[in-house]
Amino acid sequence: MATIDDTATDTETGEEYATPPEERSAYLDRYPSAARIVRWCFLVAFGALGVGGLFGMIQALHRTGVFRGFVSSSDYYSVLTGHGVLLVLVFTTFFIAGLFTWAVTQSLEMDLPRPRLAVTWFSMILLGTVLAGTAILGGLVDQIPASADVLYTMYSPMQAHPIFYIGAALIIVGSWIAGANYFLMYRDWRAENAGERIPLQTFMVLTTFLMWYLATVGIAIEVVVFLIPWSLGLISEVNPLFTRTLFWYFGHPVVYFWLMPAYLIWYTILPKLSGGRLFSDPLARVVFVLFLLLSTPTGIHHQYVDPGIPEGFKFVAMTNTMFLLLPSLLTAFTVVASIEHGARQNGGGGLFGWLKNLPWDNPAFSGCTLAGLMFAAGGFSGMINAGMNINYLIHNTLWVPGHFHLTVGTASALTFMAITYWLLPQLTGKRIRNYTIASIQPYVWFIGMFLMSNAMHRAGLAGVPRRTAEPQYPSQGITFEGVVGGVSEMRLQIAIGGVLLTVSLAMFLYVIATTWLGPRSERIRVNGRIPKPLSSADDSPRVLDNMKLWIAIAVVLVLLTYGPPVASIVADGIFAGGSAPVPV
Amino acid sequence: MEIHRFEKLWLGVGLVLIVGLIATVAYGAVGPGVAMMDDDGGTIDPETVADGNYEQANFKSPGVRQVGEDEYTAHVVARQFLFEPGTQEPIQVPAGSEVTFYVTSPDVVHGFSVVGTNVNTMVIPGQVAQFTTQFDESGEYGIVCHEYCGAAHHTMAGTIEVVPQSQFNSTMTVGE
Repeated sequence: MATIDDTATDTETGEEYATPPEERSAYLDRYPSAARIVRWCFLVAFGALGVGGLFGMIQALHRTGVFRGFVSSSDYYSVLTGHGVLLVLVFTTFFIAGLFTWAVTQSLEMDLPRPRLAVTWFSMILLGTVLAGTAILGGLVDQIPASADVLYTMYSPMQAHPIFYIGAALIIVGSWIAGANYFLMYRDWRAENAGERIPLQTFMVLTTFLMWYLATVGIAIEVVVFLIPWSLGLISEVNPLFTRTLFWYFGHPVVYFWLMPAYLIWYTILPKLSGGRLFSDPLARVVFVLFLLLSTPTGIHHQYVDPGIPEGFKFVAMTNTMFLLLPSLLTAFTVVASIEHGARQNGGGGLFGWLKNLPWDNPAFSGCTLAGLMFAAGGFSGMINAGMNINYLIHNTLWVPGHFHLTVGTASALTFMAITYWLLPQLTGKRIRNYTIASIQPYVWFIGMFLMSNAMHRAGLAGVPRRTAEPQYPSQGITFEGVVGGVSEMRLQIAIGGVLLTVSLAMFLYVIATTWLGPRSERIRVNGRIPKPLSSADDSPRVLDNMKLWIAIAVVLVLLTYGPPVASIVADGIFAGGSAPVPV
Repeated sequence: MEIHRFEKLWLGVGLVLIVGLIATVAYGAVGPGVAMMDDDGGTIDPETVADGNYEQANFKSPGVRQVGEDEYTAHVVARQFLFEPGTQEPIQVPAGSEVTFYVTSPDVVHGFSVVGTNVNTMVIPGQVAQFTTQFDESGEYGIVCHEYCGAAHHTMAGTIEVVPQSQFNSTMTVGE
């Protein structure tokens, strides 16, 4: 199908280029102001990814006992805090802000109309990152009179320096303004296109951000109303169970804030990369609406083993969590079907023979596909986490990081890296350099994650705890027994996996840096045009585009699931009933 | 909106899977009676526990007590960075008896996980974690704090010593 073919080969030079050639740097030329803000976002995101990833390797080597020379065991927790905050808050937020800016501008076909607003949210998130980052670094560097080794979950009454909480609040509020930017653009577009269906990518961005607004209310209240005044000494006590519940109100839906952008990529770009087009636009809309409705009323499943929350509320949260499997199962179907369709367009045949007709040497394709494959495994371990009774076996064990390194650490992170190979040329007008290294990089990540994550899951089943610098406990004579394999073998796999992941990350950053710093190319390899789905939006009920209806239902669901448990916790006292702050 | 028959089939299988997963948990709760962490333990003033006024905080002093035939209670305080009892001296319980644990914290959030079992709870300041369990085999079990609780978190662990009924020697009097 020539219309959606990505590249052609120049007969004289043998060089591949995007067809048609006049679109070689279309995005950059058409939307220069948006392209600039996306580049800034990506720059910060990849900086955070590099530092956070290095911290990850230090941890993998430290807790497995392979090499403990980087930091002391008490400083390990500063590194752990840095790893968590830099990767799941800073890297994701900046990358998503950039990706969404790209998606909204190109699907609404308009350049960023309010560049000053964009500069505002960008600076705000950046300032927040610098403040929180300084506090975390203060745990390692004596010259900085602040510290924040309270980990990403920041449970009170363990207390960090106020600038950590202020930084976290700025990151959240900045992301709200980024979202406002997208909604304002949509309003502009709607004024000129009354009665038209919302373009699919914009639809996905808007539903994701509605979910994000709803979910971040919890952490905003926790940080602004409780933790900031408390860390400044204005209030002396906070209720640990209450602030913890507020955290998890946000702390589970945030994972969908990481995943839904990956889904946006899998639904709208991946089918094209595999040589075809998306199967069904209506189904994609249904999936995103389901995420908006079901993401938020589930957070209590992180508190199955918490005292102080009645079993009945936990059961309700479990039911919602299980139904949240539905949009992911539907996605698995549609994405695989679209890839298969693409392969068959390329001449693939047979029950599985079409797999050979996919562009496995294109890192944008292979990265997204391998990420999706690992997400399937992560989805199954997630069902175990969600199972209210099996959860007791693995709660707070190494199983949990094993799980979320497949979901956030691969489904999101690898997809984001992979699609950068496709986006960056459009944003800079430069061809990817060191393409061979880029082609190998997703596979190295896949192997590293396979080793690390399977060993983490099994170690978790053996009872090895998470979030600890030294899981050996020699003075208590505690031994962990794996179902299959020994503890030393698992440790070795975690260490080797962690190193391979860091190598893969270094390969990615090397390719991106050399491409970015290199000269502009005459022709880029990628063509940013996205083909129309086989079944277009016109086939779907219009009610799907009714954002007001969906957010109203989402709010009602949240009130139903969170109202009673929060009321019962608050009855114990919002401020009292807590303990005095414990600085770390 | 047209839905392909394979999509319909997949949707059906997905829904069956989801309902099935929920059904297994519901069955576990009402059939075999798998106990889950609830709010039975009530609340407690963590500062009073921190001051050592356990009785005033409405918490029996840490230790194991016999409260009936084959029924015991174990009050445990988890604090930075030890279990009391558990770390300095083991929590001794008789094999085959029902032991109800009451665990609380005077400082930060801790974890209480008995390695190799599904005894696993969070220990949250202001709350008492209450759960009942039974150790059938005599022997030693490790307790690990599985929630980061400060710079020496990785040293926080303890032991439960399960001894045959005949050897169990409670220092506390019945019903105290």
